Amino acid sequence: MLNKSLDDEEGLSFLDKLARTTGRRTFLQWSGMTLAVAALGCSDDNDDGGTGPGTGEVNLGSGDTGILNYAYALEQLEAAFYTQVVAGAYFTGAPTAEQTILSDIKNHEVIHREFLKAALGTSAIADLTVDFTSVNFADRNSVLTTARTFEDLGVSAYNGAGKLLADANNLLAAGKIVSVEARHAAAIRDLITPGSFAANDVVDANGLDSPARTPAEVLQAADTFITTTINASGLPTA
Amino acid sequence: MKDTTIFGSLDPDLTKRVLSRRNAVAETGKMAGALAMASMPVAFGIMAKSAFAQGTALPAEILSVLNFALTLEYLEDEFYRTGIEARVIPSADLPIFESISAHETAHVGLLTGAISSGGGTPLAKPTFDFTAGGLLPDPFSSPNYPIFQALSQGFEDTGVRAYKGQAGALMSNDAILTTALQIHSVEARHASAVRRLRGQKGWITGNSSGVDVDAFQAIYNGEENTTQGGVNTAQFGTGDSASEAFDEPLLRSEVETIAGFFIVS
Repeated sequence: MLNKSLDDEEGLSFLDKLARTTGRRTFLQWSGMTLAVAALGCSDDNDDGGTGPGTGEVNLGSGDTGILNYAYALEQLEAAFYTQVVAGAYFTGAPTAEQTILSDIKNHEVIHREFLKAALGTSAIADLTVDFTSVNFADRNSVLTTARTFEDLGVSAYNGAGKLLADANNLLAAGKIVSVEARHAAAIRDLITPGSFAANDVVDANGLDSPARTPAEVLQAADTFITTTINASGLPTA
Repeated sequence: MKDTTIFGSLDPDLTKRVLSRRNAVAETGKMAGALAMASMPVAFGIMAKSAFAQGTALPAEILSVLNFALTLEYLEDEFYRTGIEARVIPSADLPIFESISAHETAHVGLLTGAISSGGGTPLAKPTFDFTAGGLLPDPFSSPNYPIFQALSQGFEDTGVRAYKGQAGALMSNDAILTTALQIHSVEARHASAVRRLRGQKGWITGNSSGVDVDAFQAIYNGEENTTQGGVNTAQFGTGDSASEAFDEPLLRSEVETIAGFFIVS
């Protein structure tokens, strides 16, 4: 996928392009994860709530707590993004209908974030430091395509993580959130290109929202927007 | 979700079977593109077989849930195909409903194949009456396009709630749970688009149906919930935004009551 010729550039998804442009930092981050795994059992674990905002690394933890922290990290990212969107120049000058959609979504993402934080209690990871320098908040296309990336990524993340949850109540909570993310994705997509709410770049020939991504795939795609290193080594994989 | 007795009946061989099934699913993904041009029913049959068939019967509870989902997909599939054939949809909106219709047809094929290869018998397609026994005007008659749109919204929002309510019952089978979740979010994309086409928000505020027909209220009752896992989520925004931020499940019996309005036999 990464060896496509420049002629195919437009055929690459935004996520593919991200993976290309962020290859170096991703490599460093995942190297860190490997080290963390290797050090398990002999390290003096200081990841549990010991990191403050913007510092070093957060460890998502294991089991359902780890998956909920993973969701919490994504909701932090989305909430931070839309908070900047509604304070930006594009939003200020946008038609009322678009303002309503974006401010609604911002409110939903903040609620998702705060709900997960409350549900996780003392197990919640610290606040992430985000990096939106790649986004032009004065530009409609920049804002909306980034929003589309986050919403589609969120849907694929929850769809991929469902099977990793052990507690049916947690699965239900995730299910209550993911369909709202899909509603967001559809609305944002239709703002960009009318009729693309479930286009074949996100829905496959079987009518399935596709792909359902693993946490590793999602975190790699989100990496360019997150400064804090996220240690996902404890997450369940099956 | 209330029925989680499935956890007590986990089979020690399950993990092995799930793992081998997962490999089959990965292979199916690669095949999907190549098969896209083949005739649809044949392609879905093949994929469903390779994805789900391991010579092992699925548990009765999972087969039952899949047949429940199949009934809803039959309803949606026939609704959209009939609407498109009847030319009730203005040309500007036609691509939206053609896209939705294609997904529902695919879901029918996927579920039918999964049930068959899991050792079950797919339920036959019911006979539907989209006037709900004369309660509604004929949605396929061109002056009644608003009725068609309202029914579409109701079916999609019901579908979202129905799949959400059954996720817990599918937890013993990773491949089927993931597939169900992937259908669930597509139904939510549909719902958002149709709601917005009708001038509604893409998300559900309180328990408002946005449809001026009393019978639709059953589809939205309970959506006003703002307490999640014991947490009052309205404290993080407003009651409206907190209700919008979480979609609520429906029990199977509640969905069957709603679908029952449109099933003759």
